[in-house]
Amino acid sequence: MAAKRTEPAVETVTVKVDGCAVEVPRTMPNWQGKPEPTTVLQACKQAGIEIPHYCYHPKMPVAGNCRMCLVHVAMPGRPGPDGKAPTNEDGSPKVFPMQLPYEPGTPRGVIGCATGIVPGMEIYASSPETKEMRKAVLESLLINHPLDCPICDQAGECKLQEYSVDHGQPESRFAEVKVHKPKAVDLGPRITLDAERCMLCTRCIRFTASVVGDDALGIVNRGSYNAISSYPGQPFDNNYTLNTVDICPVGALTSDDFRFQMRVWFLKETKSLCTGCGTGCNTVIGSRENRMYRYEPRQNDAVNSCWMCDAGRLDYKWIGRDDRLGKLHGPRGNTTWPSALREISGHLAKAAEGSVAIVASARQTNEELFLLNKLAKRYKALTDSVPRNGEADHLLVAGDRNPNTTGAQLIGVTTQRVGSKLSAIVKGIVSGKIMTLIVYGEDVTQHGIDAKLLGKLKMLIVSDILPNATTRKADYLLPGCSHAEKRGTFTNVKGRVQKFTKALEPSGDAMPEWEVLHELVHNVTGLDGFNSIEGLFNQMADEVKAFKAAGLTWASLGDNGADVKL
Amino acid sequence: MKVKRTELTWWERLYLPTLINGFKVTLRHFFSWKRSEVYGDKQKEFTAKTTMQYPEEKWDVPTGYRGAPYLVKDVDEKTKCVSCQLCEFICPPKAIRITPPGDSGVVDREGAEKMPEEFEINMLRCIYCGFCQEVCPEEAIFLLEDYAINGETREELIYNKGKLLALGGADKRAYNHHVQCDVDEGIKKWETKTREAGEQPAFH
Repeated sequence: MAAKRTEPAVETVTVKVDGCAVEVPRTMPNWQGKPEPTTVLQACKQAGIEIPHYCYHPKMPVAGNCRMCLVHVAMPGRPGPDGKAPTNEDGSPKVFPMQLPYEPGTPRGVIGCATGIVPGMEIYASSPETKEMRKAVLESLLINHPLDCPICDQAGECKLQEYSVDHGQPESRFAEVKVHKPKAVDLGPRITLDAERCMLCTRCIRFTASVVGDDALGIVNRGSYNAISSYPGQPFDNNYTLNTVDICPVGALTSDDFRFQMRVWFLKETKSLCTGCGTGCNTVIGSRENRMYRYEPRQNDAVNSCWMCDAGRLDYKWIGRDDRLGKLHGPRGNTTWPSALREISGHLAKAAEGSVAIVASARQTNEELFLLNKLAKRYKALTDSVPRNGEADHLLVAGDRNPNTTGAQLIGVTTQRVGSKLSAIVKGIVSGKIMTLIVYGEDVTQHGIDAKLLGKLKMLIVSDILPNATTRKADYLLPGCSHAEKRGTFTNVKGRVQKFTKALEPSGDAMPEWEVLHELVHNVTGLDGFNSIEGLFNQMADEVKAFKAAGLTWASLGDNGADVKL
Repeated sequence: MKVKRTELTWWERLYLPTLINGFKVTLRHFFSWKRSEVYGDKQKEFTAKTTMQYPEEKWDVPTGYRGAPYLVKDVDEKTKCVSCQLCEFICPPKAIRITPPGDSGVVDREGAEKMPEEFEINMLRCIYCGFCQEVCPEEAIFLLEDYAINGETREELIYNKGKLLALGGADKRAYNHHVQCDVDEGIKKWETKTREAGEQPAFH
C-alpha cells in the first residue's frame, strides 16, 4: 500500500452518488487493462453501492444488453451563451434529471456499465425511479424464464434469483404461455445448455470470442426464440469452456461434471490452488462431508484473472480415489507413526554421509521441499526431482506441468535442469554407494530407477498418496496428503508464492508430509523452533535467499500470494 | 434455577390416600359405559368400553396428523421427487439424506430432469416436524398416518427410496390423509397456496 501512495496523483472527477459527493478517477482500466472513462457502475462501486448487472463483467468487453444496470442520472447543464453553466437560485450548479424526450417528466435511465461519468453528474442509484426501472427490467427478463428454481441446478448462486429477491416484484403479471426452448442441449463435451433458462446476456459468447479467442458461440433465431448455440456442426470444446459456466448468471450453462451432483448451498468453500501446471491458478474447492465436488477459479489479477482451464478444473478426481494410500507400512507390516518415525530416525542416524539420496517431487510444497533439503544437507545427499512437461498455451496453461518446480529450484532440491541428477543417483545405487533412498511423491521406476535397482537398496522410504511400482517396493510407506488435505505454499513459474488451505480431512493414517518431515528432520538434525505451518514457512523464508529477499512471511502472502525475484 | 418444593402435609405424606385416589380413577373408567372418543369408528361393535387390542387394532389418526414422512408417487405410479434436496436442507435433525443422480441419472417420467439415486430417511432421527412436506416443490413427500416405527437394528430404520415409495403409495393416499382442497385430483399445493395468497390482503 505504501508504494501506491507515492504514485503520481490520478486525475479525478467528482460526481454525486445518492446525494453524496465522491471523487473517482477519470479513467479506469478496462478488461484489457487499458484506461477508459470511468463508468457510472464503476463510480457507484467506488462509492460502495453495487449496481445490479448481468451482462457486465469487469474482465470482458462491455455489451450493455441486459439493461439490468439502468440507473436514473442527472446531468449538469451546458454553458449558456454567456459561457456560464446554469445555476440554481442559490448559485449552486443546476443539474437536469434525464427524461424521455418525447414524454417530458418521465425519468429516463442510462445503463451504468457503458455510460461514462462527467463532472458534476448526479447518480440516483437507489431512487424510486431507479428501483422502478430495475423492477421493470426484471419483469421483462422473467417473461420467458421458467420459474422452477427449486429444481434448477443454479439455485443458490443464481443472479436472477438474487436480484429478483432484491429488486423484483413479488408476483408475475404474465398470464400468457411462456416460450419453450430446447432443454439439456449438448453444447460441447463438457457443457450442457438449457436454452429456456438463458437470459441472453452474451457473457459466454464474449468470453470465448474475446478472452479465449475462439469465436465458437453465438445467438441464433429471432425475437423470443433467441438462443445460444455453438457453430453448427462444431462442438464448443476449447480448453476454457467451463469458465462460461461460472460467468453464466443463470442456470443456462451447466458443467457436465458438476451438473446434478450437489446443491451449491451444501458446499463448503476453501481457498486453494490448482496443481495442474506451473501457473498455479487460484481456486476455490467446493466440498461436502469430506468429498470434493468442484474447483472454481478465484480471482487473482496477478495470476489467472477470473479464469482457469478445463483440464485443471477437472483434475481433482484423484483426490477422492478409492485406492488412495491410507495405511502406514513398515518392513514388518502395518505400523504406527511413532514407531515408524523412531525406526526411520534410528536408521538415518546411523547412515553415513553420501549414502543417502532423495528424489523429491515438484508437486510438493515449498515447506516440504525445504525440510527435505535440510535432510539432504545433513547427508550431502544427491537430490533431484522429476520433470513434467507439456505444451503451453496463449492464456493460462504453462509448459511446466509441475505446480512447484520454481520452488524446488529456489530451495535447492533441484537444479535448473530438473531431473539431471537422476542418472547420478542411478550410478550411486549401482555402485552400492547409495544405500538409502527417500522418494517423495514420484514413481521413480518410470524415471530410470527400476524395481531391480530399488531391490539393491538397504532402505527405501517412500511417501505417496496413490499406489505405484515404487510404493510397492517400499520398506517404509508413509501415506501422504493431497494439497486439498493440508496447508502449504507453491511457487509458480513466474515466482509467485501462493498458499492453499485445507479443505478435506486425510483418510486413514495419512498425515501432512511436512509434519512427518518436521519430526524426522528434528530427530536427525535438531532443527526446531516452530510447531505450525506458519512457523515453518517463516523459518524457510528466513533461510531461502530468494524468499528472504522478497521479505516473505506467511501472513504477508495473503490470499493472492506475493512475488519473488527469480 | 432453584425449584421450590411444596411441603407435603401429614395427610399427603401418609401415601395411602393418594394411592386410593388413583384407584378411584381406574375404577371409574372400569365401570364406565361411555366410550372414549379416541377410538373413533374402530370399536363400534363394542358397547362397553374395553382396552384396545394394540397393535392389531390402531386408533384412527386425525386429519392432518403428522406421522412418518414417506415419498408418494403420482397418479401414474411414477416418482414425483426430483432430487432438489430442499428437504435435506430444511430437515432440522438431518434425518434426510439424498444422493443426487449426477449428469447420467435415469428418470421415470416426462418433465423431470433428474431423480434421486438414493433417498434415505433415518426414522430414528426424524422428529415429525413436517418441514420436508412444507418445503417440497413437487409435493413428493408427505407425513402420513404411521406413528409406530420400529425395527431391530438401527440400519433397518434407515428407510431407503424403494421402501419410502412403497410405503407412501400413490398420491391419492396422501390426498385422503390431507384433505386440503375440494378438488378430486390429488393435492395441488401451489393452487392452494395461490388461493390462500389471493385471499390475503395485498402487501407491499
